[in-house]
Parts: sequence; C-alpha cells; structure tokens
Amino acid sequence: MQDIAATGTRRRPTAIELSATSVTFGRGPAATPALAETNLSIPDGEFLALVGPSGCGKSTILKLVSNLLRPTTGVVIVGGREVAAKALRIGMAFQNPTMLPWLTIERNIMLPLKIVEPFRSEYRQKRKGEFRDKAYALLAQVGLKDFGNKYPWQLSGGMLQRANLCRALIHEPRMLLLDEPFGALDQFTKEELWSILQSLWLQHKPTVLLVTHDLREAGFLASRICVMSARPGRILDDSAVDFPRPRTIPMTFEPDFVALNQRLRDLIVNARSNAPATQEA
Amino acid sequence: MNLGLRQKLWSFGLIVAFFAGWQLFCIISGMSDLILPRPTDVLATLIARFPVLWPHIIQTLSTTMAGFALGVGLGVVLGAVIGVSKVAYDTAYPLLVGFSSIPKVAVVPIFVLWFGSGSVPAILTALSICFFPIVVNIATGLATTEPELEDVLKALGASKLDILWNVGLPRTMPFFFASLKVAVSYAFVGAVLAETVASNRGIGNVMMSASSNFNVPLVFACLFILAILGVALYVIFSLIEARVTGWATRKNDLVAT
Repeated sequence: MQDIAATGTRRRPTAIELSATSVTFGRGPAATPALAETNLSIPDGEFLALVGPSGCGKSTILKLVSNLLRPTTGVVIVGGREVAAKALRIGMAFQNPTMLPWLTIERNIMLPLKIVEPFRSEYRQKRKGEFRDKAYALLAQVGLKDFGNKYPWQLSGGMLQRANLCRALIHEPRMLLLDEPFGALDQFTKEELWSILQSLWLQHKPTVLLVTHDLREAGFLASRICVMSARPGRILDDSAVDFPRPRTIPMTFEPDFVALNQRLRDLIVNARSNAPATQEA
Repeated sequence: MNLGLRQKLWSFGLIVAFFAGWQLFCIISGMSDLILPRPTDVLATLIARFPVLWPHIIQTLSTTMAGFALGVGLGVVLGAVIGVSKVAYDTAYPLLVGFSSIPKVAVVPIFVLWFGSGSVPAILTALSICFFPIVVNIATGLATTEPELEDVLKALGASKLDILWNVGLPRTMPFFFASLKVAVSYAFVGAVLAETVASNRGIGNVMMSASSNFNVPLVFACLFILAILGVALYVIFSLIEARVTGWATRKNDLVAT
C-alpha cells in the first residue's frame, strides 16, 4: 500500500475530475447536505472503488459523473467536458437492474446501441445481425445465453443483475459507472462476476468507478480505493491497491488482503460512529 | 375444459338467456310491437332490410372511424405535451376538463351551422367526444413513468425525444389501449348522435326516421347493429392490445416458462 501521489498514476490523462464539488438536496432549513466539498481526480483507465457507510453520498458521486445530477457548488469534468455522455461513451449499471419490462432481455441489452453513436446510426441495419451477436456473446459470458428472448420478469434477481452488467458493457464504454451492481447476488455468483469484470477491465482498460459495500469486492477489483465519511460525504482515505493482476479468489484470503480489508473496515466503523457529530456541524 | 372456453360459453349463455327472457316477456305480457318488439321480429326486420341498411352502416362506420382516427391523433399529441411538461399539465387541464364537460348534443348544432349537415359534423362530434379519455390516459402514463427507467437512457446521454420514444411512449401503451377501447365506443356515440340531429344518411338518421314512422322493430334493428359494431371494434382493439402490451398484463394469462 502506498500513497496515490507517489505512484505516478497522475501522469495519465484525467478521466474524471471533481473540483470543490458539493451537493445539497433541498433549500433553506430543510436542506440536506449529501456531499461535502470534494476534490477527486481519476486518471484514465483506473479502477476506483468508493466505499463507506450507507447514505454517505457514494451514489451521489456516480450521479454527478453520469450527469443525472448537477452539483450545488463546484464542477464535474468528465473526459474534458462538463456534460459527461457527450464527451465519451459511458456504461452504467444501477443498484436495481432497471430493465424495461416491455423489451426482451436481448433488446434491453441492445438499448445503448440504439442511443449511442457510432452504433446508433447503424442500429436499424445491424440489430438483427452483428449487434444481436454482440449481445449474445456478452450474455454467454455471464451464463445467460438461453435467456435472450425472455422478458425481464421471467428472470431471477441475480440473472437480471448479470443482464444489467451486459447492458453496461455492450457499447464498449470508455467509462463504467457501477452502483453496487452485485448487491443482490449470492457469494459465488458475485465472485464469478468479479472475475469476468476484472478480465474485461484488463482487456479494454476503461475507467471504472465502482460503488460498493463489499470490502472484499473493492479489494479484489479496484486499483484504488476511496473511503468516504458518513453524510455529508467526504473522502477520508485514498489509497492504491497493488496486488498483482489477474487477481484470484484465493488471494482474497491471504494476510495482506485481509489486512487491507481490516483497515478499510476500521475506517468505516469510525466514520459511522462519528456520524452524529458531522450531522450537527 | 379450459378456463377461457368456459368463460366464453358463460358469456354466450348470458347473451342467449337475455334474448330468451326478452322474447318470453313479450309473449307472456302480449306487448305490442309498437312498444317493445320481440327479438325475433327485430332479427327478421334486420335481415329483410339489410340491403337498404348496408350503405347507412358503411356511412356511420366511416364517419366514426374518421372521427376516432383524428381523435386519437389529437389525443396522443395533446396527451404527450401535457404528460411531458408540468407547466402544460397545470395550465391546460382546466380548459380540457371544461371542454369535455360540455354535453356534445349542444355542440352538434354549432358544427352544423359551420359545416352544413352531413359527414363533417358527425366526424367532428365523434372526435370531440373521444379524444378526452386518450389525452388523460397518455398524460397519466407519461407523468407516472418511473424516473429510474428514464435514468437508464439519460446516463447514456439520450435526448428528451429519445427518452420519450424509447421509455415514455412504450410505458404508456397499456394506458393508451385502455383509453382506445373507451374512445372507440365514445366515437360511435358521437357519430350517431350527430346523425340523429343533422344528417340524411347513417344509422342515426335511419333510427330517427324509423321512430317517426313508428317502425319500432327497425329502430331496434338499428340498435342491434350499433351494439354489434361496438362490440366488434372493442374486440379488435382488445386483440391489438393483447399483442402490443402483453408485458403489462402477464399476471392474467402468461406463465413463466
């Protein structure tokens, strides 16, 4: 473990830059600060995990980056522009696998291709051929090859989470925003998908911003972990994770890895117990 | 015997029982033809006069469908505007409710005054009576679309139009078809209403002249025709609905395989 400034990763171009960014919901006496003034810079191709107690503003950061939310103060620069999706292709998977109920899984997964250039202009010609093959290749990778023509309600929660991941990946995004994408899965499926995600990241090196509650998940996947405080969120700790890649599940039981988990856990426990104090401030 | 077939038999049985009861009532009470004709008489009249009635049926059906089509077009556009924009929702609703509260019988003479008697008032009356449920349903469907569904596209940088086209409108389809089934029968009411007031063609007009001649079986024959047409259109839209919005009614008929 070493400090991020010492690793020299900052020489790579910056993919995401939050400067003096804060978010407050509501106005006046009813205002709830969700994110305290935050500075965060994520270089291109980094896999960053955000961990912290519930309601600490992790998802708020994701929404800022994906332009679903505007900052109350400060700016969010993504790919050199203020409007993220215009600057580069973003893949996003939410906590709930929000599949459109009127489309089959296959069509749901192909949705980004229908919206995002350069696929958009070719969608009509290729949706029955090349794009469909693309969707099925991804589905096969997560073990859903036979479920492309099913409707979302015909799949279990875990299957939907996997389909959700396919949808986030199909348009070969340069940036992946993942909000607890494996939250509702059992341990074994989770570990399987971690490995899939890791190999995809090693292949294409997109910038990944992963919000998670699972410290093992963060340690296994991320190249850098930020720990956030309780609401209103601040970044308490920012450290690089330099276990060799590709990482394996057995590695997560080795002393170094367990020590990392322990350290992160202590930070979050502290952040939780300090929560009332920060709320009064 | 499966459930669907049993249901169909029951509803068929109910129809038969209704007409049998009617027939029996007429025979037992010795009711005059001038007050309540027997169903068999009505049917006989219907068959005997069918060649004469046919052009009127076509007339009524075409004005109804023209009014309905225009009503759907207007309803969808207005509903989309009102459903998407909060401002439009708040400003336009009072006017719409006010307009829809006006009894359409009162409006027909105005249409006749403007466009003369004939097909145009019938089409306009059908339109004005059937577009309101469509507006309300489209607007409700769009306004209640889950923001999470929209976020999926927003995060991809989709435009407002993309979101409307890929999320808002498909999501609204069940509401839309529910309103279509209501609207198509409303359109019938509107067209026939206008024909009874000011037209020399159409089922409504035939009914008016038949009742002034005390040809009560013919009046009833016309009512039968309207009922049959209404049911036929309802069935057609139900079938289209089942195809397009099956995803929304899966609890009733589809079972996960």
